[in-house]
Amino acid sequence: MWAMIVKEFRQLRRDRRTLAMMIVMPVVLLIVFGYAASFDVSTIPTVAAGPQAATVAGHLGKPFDIVTTAPGEDRAWAQQQLRDGKAAVAVIAGPGPVQVLVDGSQLFTAKAALAALAAGEQKASGPAGLAGQQPQLTVLYNPQLATKDIMIPGLCGVVLVFIGTIITSLGVVRERQSGTLEQLAVMPLHPRDVFLGKVVPYFGVAALDLAIVVGVGVGVFGVPFNGSFAVFGLGAVLFLFVTLGIGVLISSVSENQGQAIQLSVMVMLPQVLLSGLIFPLSSIAVGVRWISYLLPLTYFNEISRGVMLRAEPIGPLWQPFVFLALLGLVVFTLASLRFRSYLAPAGPRRVGRHPAVAGTGAGGEPGEPVGTGLGEVASAGPGPAAGSGS
Amino acid sequence: MTGPVTGGQGWWGSQAASVRYGDKLALDQVSFRAEPGRVTAVVGGDGAGRTTLLRCLAGALAPGSGQVRRPDRLRIGYLAAGSGTYPDLSVAENLAFRAAAYRVPPAAARERSGELLARSGLAAARDRLAGQLSGGMRQKLGVIAAMLHRPDLLVLDEPTTGVDPVSRADLWWLIARAAAGGAAVVLATSYLDEAERAASVLALDAGRELAQGTPAEIVAAMPGTLHASDDPPAGEARRRAWRRGGRWRIWDPQGRPDHATGPGTTQVTPDLQDAVTVAILARELTGREAR
Repeated sequence: MWAMIVKEFRQLRRDRRTLAMMIVMPVVLLIVFGYAASFDVSTIPTVAAGPQAATVAGHLGKPFDIVTTAPGEDRAWAQQQLRDGKAAVAVIAGPGPVQVLVDGSQLFTAKAALAALAAGEQKASGPAGLAGQQPQLTVLYNPQLATKDIMIPGLCGVVLVFIGTIITSLGVVRERQSGTLEQLAVMPLHPRDVFLGKVVPYFGVAALDLAIVVGVGVGVFGVPFNGSFAVFGLGAVLFLFVTLGIGVLISSVSENQGQAIQLSVMVMLPQVLLSGLIFPLSSIAVGVRWISYLLPLTYFNEISRGVMLRAEPIGPLWQPFVFLALLGLVVFTLASLRFRSYLAPAGPRRVGRHPAVAGTGAGGEPGEPVGTGLGEVASAGPGPAAGSGS
Repeated sequence: MTGPVTGGQGWWGSQAASVRYGDKLALDQVSFRAEPGRVTAVVGGDGAGRTTLLRCLAGALAPGSGQVRRPDRLRIGYLAAGSGTYPDLSVAENLAFRAAAYRVPPAAARERSGELLARSGLAAARDRLAGQLSGGMRQKLGVIAAMLHRPDLLVLDEPTTGVDPVSRADLWWLIARAAAGGAAVVLATSYLDEAERAASVLALDAGRELAQGTPAEIVAAMPGTLHASDDPPAGEARRRAWRRGGRWRIWDPQGRPDHATGPGTTQVTPDLQDAVTVAILARELTGREAR
């Protein structure tokens, strides 16, 4: 048994990544759950419209945070603010009774708002009350406050992360494990062709998966799809662009499928926990929240919930679209660069792909540059950075 | 024994090619040429630099210094160490992928792969996954895939290692077929008996050229004489002796006829294996003396 224990420790010591994961992961999980995992909403972005907007805004205490007061605007404007995700609650004060609109697509925020309003009513003129007035309460976009209605649009993103990251990373690293990488490297294929050839099938499969998930969500679970398919599709394409790039990036730094899965999980876990899929972004501690804004799923969640539940057009969604595009650009550039070196096991000094003619002709005497124009002469370059010889 | 790289068209090979992996010089100023229609065997022990040289020739690696002369990528066929085929694709699918990558028209690819598969005994395995093939069958598939597009230069890294004798014969038929078709074939092998079938041989040791020429030239160039004995020699001669089969080979650099005496000791005519072993031994002894 002792021999077995020693062997395991030796193997573990060599597998630095697993070792790091065993030590780092508990710390990461603790931080994530400690600082991020919270359903408590302490701030609710609120807009106030109507002639008495300023008065009502003055009466609204915590947790409502007045972001805009617009006495000249009406209910239509207020509703638009909610649709565009600029606020979770809108108060329309006059003419007539006070109306409160709550964005049901932000489930926990909406529940917190309803609880705060109810508590305010009981106290009549408490800090959260509306100066003793009985407001007309309307929950928009998810009137029943159904969990499935907000989870399924988010799950679309999770499915794409799963396909895009895990499956893609496995598909590419398999090439290294099956020993066909070197074969690919010398084939008359451009690295771009190999890269796209690897990614396009997964793109197709992920797109099909997305269609199925949305179809099941709408058809079986009755989740509304109020917005534009085109806007949703564009968001999904951008998001896939990022996740497939991450998959290729992972595979290019992994030696085997086990390592690829480990890394994929490390990339997936924060996406599920920090993207606003489960815990509201506003509940995540600021010290951890910045991570959320580096995660593509955060932006896809905004797009999918915005489009499916609130029928949000592309205009107000420009931010998530731009950030997804930027992330895609960064990730795909890195992935392409890594893929090039991945295809060149000897490092970046691999010989050129195109015939290079050095010298003057069909020479070949010692010391004379050789080259016929028929083929290529790989002349002295810097030596390979790494590799193995027989 | 070193054949100089001299003029002439239509050959591929290296000229003073060197490759360094970190501190280790894996290939040290190696020059050789592979002629069209001929098979060149690259032999040597572990760490000799065979794979490194073949990778340079195939374009998977750039030499640190020196030159490598090779055709365009489309005209190279390469079998890396291992079969280089996809285990989760069938035999036919593997060949179809390779044909498409090398831009062989589908009809021509079907005809050629059908013919090569039939001759090498793989026709019945067309629809089997490459991962389910035996080692020898997989190597044959790898060689067929490498030569499918009728390359000008066919580079094969240990195509016959670990392969049964029948499959080795099939593999050699394929290799000869490629050479007969005009390809310059360069193959690495650990089997010196196999290398004797090649038109020319390049022996490497620790990244350096040890010997080069036709097998007969290499054998003829062996200095001294060789004896076979039932028992190992005593004294200083022990450093110049090695086991081969059930007997001992004793090399005498000076070629003294009465050098090795004893029961059952006879002078033997060296073959390629003896000549290469002597060359390695001579380099080792010279190195020791130099130190």
